[in-house]
Amino acid sequence: MINKIFFFYFSAVIVAMSLMAITRRNVMHGVLYMLLLFFHIAGLYLFLNAEFISAVQVIVYAGAIMVLFLFVIMLLNLREDILKKQFIGTWPMGLVASAGILMVLLLSMLTVKTGEKGFWGIAQIESVTQTVAIGTTLYTQYLFPFEVASLVLLVAIIGAIVLAKKRLK
Amino acid sequence: MTPDVLKFMETARYGIPQELWTILVIIVKIAVVLGAVMLHVAYATYFERKVIGRMQNRLGPMVVGPYGILQPIADGIKSFFKEDIIPSNADKPMFFMAPVLGLMAALSSLAVVPFFNGFVIANINIGLLFLFAMSSLAVYGVILGGWSSNSKYSFLGSLRASAQVISYEVPLGLSLVGVMIMAGSLNITEIVNAQSRYPGGMYIIAQWLGFFVFVISAIAETNRSPFDLPEAETELIAGFFTEYSGMRFALFFMAEYAGMIIMCSIAVLCFLGGWTIPPFVLKLLPFLAVVPGVVWFVMKLYVCIFFYYWIRATLPRYRYDQLMAIGWKVLIPLALVNIVITAIMKLLVHAK
Amino acid sequence: MIPLNWYMWLGGIVFCIGVFGFVTRRNIIIMLLSVEIMFNGVNISLVALSHYLEDLAGQVLVFFIIAVAAAEAAIGLALVILLFRNKETITVDDLNELKG
Repeated sequence: MINKIFFFYFSAVIVAMSLMAITRRNVMHGVLYMLLLFFHIAGLYLFLNAEFISAVQVIVYAGAIMVLFLFVIMLLNLREDILKKQFIGTWPMGLVASAGILMVLLLSMLTVKTGEKGFWGIAQIESVTQTVAIGTTLYTQYLFPFEVASLVLLVAIIGAIVLAKKRLK
Repeated sequence: MTPDVLKFMETARYGIPQELWTILVIIVKIAVVLGAVMLHVAYATYFERKVIGRMQNRLGPMVVGPYGILQPIADGIKSFFKEDIIPSNADKPMFFMAPVLGLMAALSSLAVVPFFNGFVIANINIGLLFLFAMSSLAVYGVILGGWSSNSKYSFLGSLRASAQVISYEVPLGLSLVGVMIMAGSLNITEIVNAQSRYPGGMYIIAQWLGFFVFVISAIAETNRSPFDLPEAETELIAGFFTEYSGMRFALFFMAEYAGMIIMCSIAVLCFLGGWTIPPFVLKLLPFLAVVPGVVWFVMKLYVCIFFYYWIRATLPRYRYDQLMAIGWKVLIPLALVNIVITAIMKLLVHAK
Repeated sequence: MIPLNWYMWLGGIVFCIGVFGFVTRRNIIIMLLSVEIMFNGVNISLVALSHYLEDLAGQVLVFFIIAVAAAEAAIGLALVILLFRNKETITVDDLNELKG
C-alpha cells in the first residue's frame, strides 16, 4: 500500500515536471524543473534497489549536465528569443504524433512477457553490495562496450573544444 | 556521547512501538547533528576572524563579551533584524529560493558523515557518492542567486562560479578514487575502519598525492580564497551575493561555512583516519585510548579549518585563466597518475 | 508489489512528453532538454526491467545511456554557442538559409 502511494507520488511529479520543463517560456525555469525531475527519477530508482544508479543520476545529470546548461544559458543573451513565439505553428500535429507513439507504447506493453530471471537477485546483490555487483558486470561482461563509451566521451570532448573555440588569427 | 548512550537509545524504548522508536531516534540524531554543526558554523566565523587577526598583527573581535566571544550571536541578531531588500527586476521566486537551496545542499550532506564510531544518521553503502552529489548541488545556490538578482556583478560572479565548480568537481572526485580503491568500499564508516586496519593508520601516508589534489580542489569547490573568484571583493564587490541583504545574506554565509566543514570532514574521514588514531601511536601512548573518538574527530576538523584560514591569510587570489589551467592541466593529470599508481600497488599487494 | 507494467508505462509517458517537446518547441535549448527527458524515460524502464528480471544488464545499459547523454549535451551546447555567435539567435525557425 505505502509502496503504491510513493509510486504514484513520484510518477505524478515526474510527469508534471517534464510537462512543465518543456512548456516554460524562460529556459532557466525549464532547467530548474528538469532538476526537480531528475531528483524524483533518482528517488524512483531507489525503489527499484538501484542505489548506485540513483547516485550517478544526481551526480551526472543534476551536478554536471544541468550546470552546463545553466552556464550556456547565462553565456547567451536570450532576452529577444524569450519574447518570440515558443511553439511551431503546427503544434497540434506534434501532439497527435506523440500521442500516437504513446498509444502504441502503452498497448504494446500490455502484452509484454518477461523472460527468465537472471543471476543478480536482491539477496545476491545484498551479499556483495550493489557497487561490487555493478562493477563486476561492467568490467567483465560489458568491458568492450565500456571502452567504446569512453571513446564516445573522448570524441565529445574534442568535438566540443573544436566547435566552441574562437578562431585564432 | 559514548557508545553506551547509543546502545541505550537502541534498547530502552519505554513501551513505544519499534518503528516509531526508530523514527524518533533518527529525529533526535538529526536535531543533535544540526544543532552541533550550526554552532560550529557560527563559531567558525569567530575563529576565522581571530586567526586572521592574529596573523595580521591585530586582535580580531574584542568588544562583544570577553575576548569578543559573543560576536557570532551579535552578528546573527544583526542580520536577522536588517531590512530584506529585493532588487526591482529580480526573478523573485528564484531570488528567495537560491540561498535556501545552497544551505540545504550543504546540510543534507551531514546525513552520511559519521562523527564517531556508529553515530551516523544514515549509514548507506554509497555514502561517498552521496557526498559528491550534494557537494555538486551546492553550486545551484550560487548560480541561481547570481542570475536572479539581475545585476552585472552578481551575474559575472555566478558565471565564474559555474565554470569553476564544473572544472574542479572532476579532480575532487578523482582524488578520492585512490581512497576508494584502498578501502574497497564507498561506505564512509567502512573506509575509516579500513584505515585503522592499515599499518600507517591514516591514508594520507599512502595517498599524499591524492590528498594534495583533494585539498586544492576542495578550496576551489567551496569558493574560498585563493580561489574565491566568484565573490572577489576587489573586482565584483561581493560577486553572486552583491544584491542580498539581511537574513538571506546570512544564509549564503552559513552555506559557505557549512560547505567548508563538510569538505574538512571528508578530508578527516577519508585521509586522516576519522575518529581513530594510528595503531602505532596507541602502542606508544596507551593512555590515549580513553579519549573518546569524537574529540579526535573535532580536533582534526579544526586543524583542517585552520589550514583554510592560514591559506586565506597567506596567498593572493589567482587570475581566472590560472585557476582553469591549474584545474585542467595540473590537478586532473596528477589525480589520474595517483589512481594508476594506487591500482598497481593494490594489485601487487594482493598478488603476494 | 508494484507491477512491472506501471514502470514501463511511466517510462513511455515520459518518453512521449520528450518527443512532443522536441518536435514542437522552437528554442533549441529546450529541444536539447527534451532529448534528455526522452533518455530518462528509457532509463526508467531499463532500471525497472533490471530489477524485475534480476539481471544487472539494464543498469549497465543505463550507464552507457548516461555517458552518451553527457556527450550529447556537451556537443549540442557547443553547437548552440556556435549558432548564437553567428546568427544571434537560438530559435530554429530563423535558421532558414537553406530554404529553396
